[in-house]
Amino acid sequence: MSTNLNAIRDLAEREYKWGFVTSVEEERVPKGLNEDIIRVISAKKNEPEFMLQWRLKAYRHWASLEKAQAEPKWANVKYGPIDYQEIVYYSAPKQKPGLTSLEELDPEILRTYEKLGIPLEEQKHLAGVAVDAVFDSVSVATTFKEKLAELGIVFCSFSEAVQKHPDLVQKYLGSVVPYSDNFFAALNAAVFTDGSFVYVPKGVRCPMELSTYFRINAANTGQFERTLIVADEGSYVSYLEGCTAPIRDENQLHAAVVELIALDNAQIKYSTVQNWYPGDKEGKGGIYNFVTKRGKCLGVNSKISWTQVETGSAITWKYPSCILQGENSVGEFYSVALTNNYQQADTGTKMIHIGKNTRSTIVAKGISAGHGQNTYRGQVKIMKGATGARNYTQCDSLLIGDKCGAHTFPYIEVRNSSARMEHEASTSKIGEDQLFYLRQRGLKAEDAVSMIVNGFCKRVFRELPMEFAVEAQKLLSVSLEGSVG
Amino acid sequence: MSLLEIRNLHVKVDNHEILKGIDLKVNAGEVHSIMGPNGSGKSTLAQVLARRETYAVTSGEVSYNGKDLLAMKPEEAACEGIFMAFQYPVEIPGISNAYFLRSALNAIHKYRGLDEMDAMDFLPLFREKLKLLDMDEKLMNRSVNEGFSGGEKKRNEILQMAVLQPKLAILDETDSGLDIDALRIVAQGVEAMRHPERAIVVVTHYQRLLNYIVPDFVHVLVDGRIVRSGGPELALELEEKGYGSMEAEARHATPA
Repeated sequence: MSTNLNAIRDLAEREYKWGFVTSVEEERVPKGLNEDIIRVISAKKNEPEFMLQWRLKAYRHWASLEKAQAEPKWANVKYGPIDYQEIVYYSAPKQKPGLTSLEELDPEILRTYEKLGIPLEEQKHLAGVAVDAVFDSVSVATTFKEKLAELGIVFCSFSEAVQKHPDLVQKYLGSVVPYSDNFFAALNAAVFTDGSFVYVPKGVRCPMELSTYFRINAANTGQFERTLIVADEGSYVSYLEGCTAPIRDENQLHAAVVELIALDNAQIKYSTVQNWYPGDKEGKGGIYNFVTKRGKCLGVNSKISWTQVETGSAITWKYPSCILQGENSVGEFYSVALTNNYQQADTGTKMIHIGKNTRSTIVAKGISAGHGQNTYRGQVKIMKGATGARNYTQCDSLLIGDKCGAHTFPYIEVRNSSARMEHEASTSKIGEDQLFYLRQRGLKAEDAVSMIVNGFCKRVFRELPMEFAVEAQKLLSVSLEGSVG
Repeated sequence: MSLLEIRNLHVKVDNHEILKGIDLKVNAGEVHSIMGPNGSGKSTLAQVLARRETYAVTSGEVSYNGKDLLAMKPEEAACEGIFMAFQYPVEIPGISNAYFLRSALNAIHKYRGLDEMDAMDFLPLFREKLKLLDMDEKLMNRSVNEGFSGGEKKRNEILQMAVLQPKLAILDETDSGLDIDALRIVAQGVEAMRHPERAIVVVTHYQRLLNYIVPDFVHVLVDGRIVRSGGPELALELEEKGYGSMEAEARHATPA
């Protein structure tokens, strides 16, 4: 038993490998938040008036919430007060304006992405994944743009979209997550500096995975990116995001917003591998990942599918959701959330059924190790008009050791009697007998734990694009290092 | 030199002495059966040989293939060629039987400095063994033991043994819960494993398995001690007289 214990512990204590800092010259605004800062950010980005006005409204809303101490406290996570005036809201690597090719990019940044295994150079890029890279607050490179443009697909940084496609931005920005949605969404709307924008025109099936890689580098900054994806009628797009950050002792705030819009017969598949710095073994440092993600199935027969593998961050507060408005639309949520050491996660989804015959599937797998606390929080709401709606929810927790916790809060609200709801839940523990069995067959204790955990997550990994699934599996075993107990 | 040599082995579980001085030699090429009533310590002995760490060895020695077995971790013992067929095989949801077994085989290969097998090399081997045990090919892609019947689980243990080709195979009550057809198939699988360089130790409560697997030696374990050893005829004697008479002998042997 003792070796089993040790192996689990060792596995949990492997170091965070993405914790290096890149030294680049930064351009940043003074710390703190007020209307002037917002005007500066908007001016730096040369934004049209509607953007500035929207940001200011958002800021005023947020300021009123802050004054009323309305930061959400209902999540099952604990952290000290955040001083929003101590955060730097805009930090960008200094570079020549109007970057036209990757050669003009600071080589240090290129090297950072190479170290992270994200090749930005298109000629080396045979994997068929188009990448947008966001370094601190701004997008530094988007690959494969021309090839996508031939099909009419827009894949660019949010800033660029504001300049080149203001109509689309104005039409859809805030249409799924209004700035007034919640405290962090309001903050994001006020100060977001970049992110990715995708538009897939009618009837186009995007031929490659679109991917954004987010990197927080600078100290004392927050990262507030915003992603907007619009899939026009009959189109399809698969989008991936990955995230890492350096090791720092202080907590850093990441408050992102993602909005997805699927029109008639359109499909959006959104996959995340979140690996922000989780803090050290004692729970010092790490990212506060307070993110609002929501998709709207606006059109008939549309489909939005969220898949997330959440292994990083000190605290995760995140509920990728679907508003199923169009008839026969489908929402899916597949999640693996792992908490180790002192990590806390409160994550889940909301499925709001509005249209007739809408269907949703929720598969959530929570893994807790060390002192980790893992909460699934989900809401399935069947509105009055949603005749024939169906939901299937499966919610499983796996415990490793006896100091961690798993919690489940499923909320179900049904206002149409024709709805069919299924809910399954389980909690299991990696037992000494399971480990002994695998070790008796020749597997090392830590490989045995990895295998059990990967088996547990299989239903979710199956939803990830192939290469991402492999990466997620590796990441999971690294994140679990030292957790056997 | 014997493949396995146990000398004066004492084992405690939860501060309770279960094995009270076991001596046993097993040579390559031999099939031994360890029989005994419930609670006699048979399974404890099997688990200690497989290096389960919940069992505390308080004294004694075990040498295996010239090495100190008690110094090995379970995975080392496995890689050195010890295999135990479990009485209660565990389920591993989401991991296919084929993937699991290939991972185990490759872990052993790696330990021994041999090349690892890819899926294409592994498949024919796996198929061949499935046939031997009259098992459905679908089992390859099903999760390890998940939703298997009791009999399927036991057959799956023998399948793993057939693929991993151990030097010392320990069958812990493999016959329990098997109907007569399954029993015959499992026994055939084990018989097919007889080899001059391999020893097999069959731990069982009942004699019936020994109608199909004929052991070279039978040992009767009562109250943590081997009270009698003999040939296959000893199993028949037990079947006739029961463990009662030998339990009396064991009590007699306990110092007052």
